[in-house]
Amino acid sequence: MKAGDHAGPPRPLRRARLPLVGARGPRPTGGGPSWGARGALRPLALVFFLLCAPAHAVVDPREMLPDPAQEQRARDIGRGLRCLVCQNQSIDDSNADLARDLRRIVRERVAAGDSDAEVVRFVTDRYGDYVLLRPPVNAVTIGLWAAPALILLAGGAGAFAYLRRRRAATPPEAAPLSPEERARLRHLTAE
Amino acid sequence: MTARRLLFALPALALLVAAAGFWAMLSGMQRGSFDPRGVPSALVGREVPRFELAALAGWNKPGLSSADIAAAAREGPVLVNFFASWCVPCLVEHPQLMRLAAEGVPVFGINYHTGTQKDPGAVDWLRRHGDPFRRIGVDVTGRVAVDFGVYGVPETYLIDREGIVRWRMAGPITEQILADEVRPLLRRYR
Repeated sequence: MKAGDHAGPPRPLRRARLPLVGARGPRPTGGGPSWGARGALRPLALVFFLLCAPAHAVVDPREMLPDPAQEQRARDIGRGLRCLVCQNQSIDDSNADLARDLRRIVRERVAAGDSDAEVVRFVTDRYGDYVLLRPPVNAVTIGLWAAPALILLAGGAGAFAYLRRRRAATPPEAAPLSPEERARLRHLTAE
Repeated sequence: MTARRLLFALPALALLVAAAGFWAMLSGMQRGSFDPRGVPSALVGREVPRFELAALAGWNKPGLSSADIAAAAREGPVLVNFFASWCVPCLVEHPQLMRLAAEGVPVFGINYHTGTQKDPGAVDWLRRHGDPFRRIGVDVTGRVAVDFGVYGVPETYLIDREGIVRWRMAGPITEQILADEVRPLLRRYR
């Protein structure tokens, strides 16, 4: 068994209920208009779909703090914290249950008067530095932070050495052609 | 000329090192000891967070507090397991927990909830598959899980006699993990 199965949100449970709802209503198949038949609605559907895009930012109004300044701070903090279920989303972007709980905790702490650093420490105390989308510079991460500069430096040094060697390898200015060579060249190009 | 030959050997060497690394990763994934998405636990080496959780309603086990864990741990290492009835990998590790419990290892259960996801099926699940737990606490708000640094279920923590968390497994305890990791740890902290 892979440890990757380390359970995500309990989707199967919710999905299992869906057929029950459908079974009570009219059957979806059997000659009724389907998406394919309503060709005229397609562009409209596309327009609506595109309009929906900004709604992906999940801000549940019930979660928001009454004080806009505090809410803004909570959002900024949340944007820097990794959702551990989805991993490459911040808790501010994620719909996972754990992300929602962490958002709530962040807001509670902000409302309780914690500074940004205190809120972040509360979370890293429990989930480690991994939860920070912008990792701190320390003994473990120094390689990560230094890598771009080191690679650039190594590449630059390599390119420099290569160019210098190539220049050294080019033969010195060739001697001018002798009259015989010149005659032969004329003969060859005339053909 | 030898310097030039060395330059040719360098890519081959790099490839070999990379291959060895990949092999170690893949075999670790197969055994379950390596999880590429795994998050290292911040709790290892620290005390168990303080908490007090109510019992599972309709089930004959008492609730669980950090004091219960500390008291049991004074006799020897204990396991704390976060589980939920909807969690399929929990079922995978269930026989291993049952076996440990039968051998007398104290296994404590925390029924995992989040703020929005409850677990109404827990009692049925325990009735159907067996109950390996000495005590079960229900983490109704999900706050105890956050204090432990839990980010999914199952997760299992091993606590030594001083009440310090020594090991955390995110994912199911397979037979292999039981033999390779849990048993040696139980012996070491006995």
